Amino acid sequence: MAPKYHGVDFYSLDTLLSEEERAVRDTVRTWVDKQLIPVIGDAYIEGHFPKQLIPGMAELGLFGANLPEEYGCAGLNNVAYGLIMQELERGDSGVRSFASVQGALVMYPIYAFGSDEQKRKWLPEMASGKVIGCFGLTEPDYGSNPAGMITTAKESKDGWVLNGAKMWITNGSTAQVAVVWAKTGAQSDANSIRGFLVPTHTRGFSAKDQKGKLSLRASDTSELVLQDVHLAKDAILPKSGGLKSPLMCLTQARYGISWGALGAAMACYDEAVSYSKNRVMFGKPIGGFQLQQARLAEMLTEITKAQLLVLQLGRLKDQGKMTPQQVSLAKRNNVDMATDIARETRRLLGANGILAEYQAMRHLANLESVYTYEGTHDVHTLVLGQEITGISAFE
Amino acid sequence: MKIAVCIKRVADSETRVKVAGDGKSLDDAGVKFILNPYDEFAVEEALQRKEKAGTGEVVVLALGSATAQETIRTALAMGADRGILLQTDAVPADGFVTAQAIATELKAGGPWDLVLFGKMAIDDYNSQVGPMVAELLDLPCVTSVSHLTIENGVATADREIEGAVEVVQCPVPAVITTDKGINEPRYPALKGIMAAKKKPLEVKPVTLGGGSIEVLEMQPPPARKEGKIVGEGAAAVPELVKLLREEAKVL
Repeated sequence: MAPKYHGVDFYSLDTLLSEEERAVRDTVRTWVDKQLIPVIGDAYIEGHFPKQLIPGMAELGLFGANLPEEYGCAGLNNVAYGLIMQELERGDSGVRSFASVQGALVMYPIYAFGSDEQKRKWLPEMASGKVIGCFGLTEPDYGSNPAGMITTAKESKDGWVLNGAKMWITNGSTAQVAVVWAKTGAQSDANSIRGFLVPTHTRGFSAKDQKGKLSLRASDTSELVLQDVHLAKDAILPKSGGLKSPLMCLTQARYGISWGALGAAMACYDEAVSYSKNRVMFGKPIGGFQLQQARLAEMLTEITKAQLLVLQLGRLKDQGKMTPQQVSLAKRNNVDMATDIARETRRLLGANGILAEYQAMRHLANLESVYTYEGTHDVHTLVLGQEITGISAFE
Repeated sequence: MKIAVCIKRVADSETRVKVAGDGKSLDDAGVKFILNPYDEFAVEEALQRKEKAGTGEVVVLALGSATAQETIRTALAMGADRGILLQTDAVPADGFVTAQAIATELKAGGPWDLVLFGKMAIDDYNSQVGPMVAELLDLPCVTSVSHLTIENGVATADREIEGAVEVVQCPVPAVITTDKGINEPRYPALKGIMAAKKKPLEVKPVTLGGGSIEVLEMQPPPARKEGKIVGEGAAAVPELVKLLREEAKVL
């Protein structure tokens, strides 16, 4: 059995958290220890999301936890929400992705762009885990450039008709409802992008799991096909308008990812420290060798910096002052440093580091996806470049 | 059902504790404190009984420093209705002093259908306060209960004793101290954590008598002797068995 996880807090950052924030973090941490860690290795090898965790996650209130109580959500602040993501991804990026998609990519747009009826219909059911959602933005040929999407929504006399395809959709085959982004105007008109709530049993909608993933294996990733999908008039998210609407959702999700990646890094560091103290080679624990100490010192430094980064980001978000560019910086930095730490931990563990019994290689493989999704590392680099210089490198 | 649950804030058994400079207390710095795990069973038992009855009140009572409010709020987050902190500078070494203060408060706030404690606190291992409170309140007391049913004013309790289960009965109201196995304590849901902030938590400063027990000294346990590696893999088994038989004499 793995030694108990203690978290990483070299700078007494706990003193910057409120009692509620710590209580939320500790509750999710205990839940992850007891419910997630014991099953995640097998789920990963078998290549499916551990669905049996959904009721427990819902009962704790992990879905859309920063949305208001009137919709059955926990009404937490954004730091507490971030801490949830941190603890979930300490378990596995795939499980954190599940919660991110449900909360930040489906519940959030319904909350932000939906009608009162849509909010009342969907949010309580999604908070309680009875309805699972997915988010369809990326297409086979439009990843980093979502403005070019070719999925269309044509207005008919009694509603909408959607046609197109979406790819890399987390929870696609599990979901009862999909938020699908489509152009309502000309192909060149990104301002005509609108969000639609598509019940997945609608005729013409199909989802097929993508096979052969070597990363995020404990998460279901699907391809969506929409072929003459007829929707009622009220399927549109009335307050969505242009590409900025889905990008707002992505800002929410990326905020959570900045915290989540930190959790994966903390898990790896914890494993590295424990292993380096117990593994004896050349007559002493390998933690006594300078090369391993340098690795550990580097990891602790990067984790501490990343913790300060997301905590301040969360406080800014709670004050309504957070900018998407600040989120880009945090996502870019924290996922990159987490990937490095996972890789270094894998190496510190020697041959054992390649086994599913340990966490490092699973986290490493997962983080390669996290590095790429929700705005690739490179795209966030260019977002920052544009912010600094005022010149867009995209056009 | 009006149920009192008496709880204690204790250092997490996973934390590495250090003896403080005075040589007779623990250094709090960097120590994580939790709701005593046996008291979690007591809280859960109270909540389940209230839920089953469909009505009632679960009141959580703790004695300790102001920081114990956080521990009470953990129980409120699990679902208890209100909390009372008997605030002191420190938890006295003499369990009887604690028991007197708790009994006085319970008398004033009663009558109770049931008074629950954890079977012991994981910091002092005394198992004293529950039975002492029962005595002071003139109530029957059953300790270390791993299963409890209450019907028609009679409590039937299982106690896990050496090699057997003892089943005992007593009238209620009674003081019951809970053991592992009685239930599976719930996680405080996030909504519960938010709601706990708004639940009443009464802080009552109390002055305690001196008691007759004094802690003279605290010492960390002696360091374990270094182990011996007899070899690796299957080839080491005969040597290991030999040593276990001849040296350790455990086989």
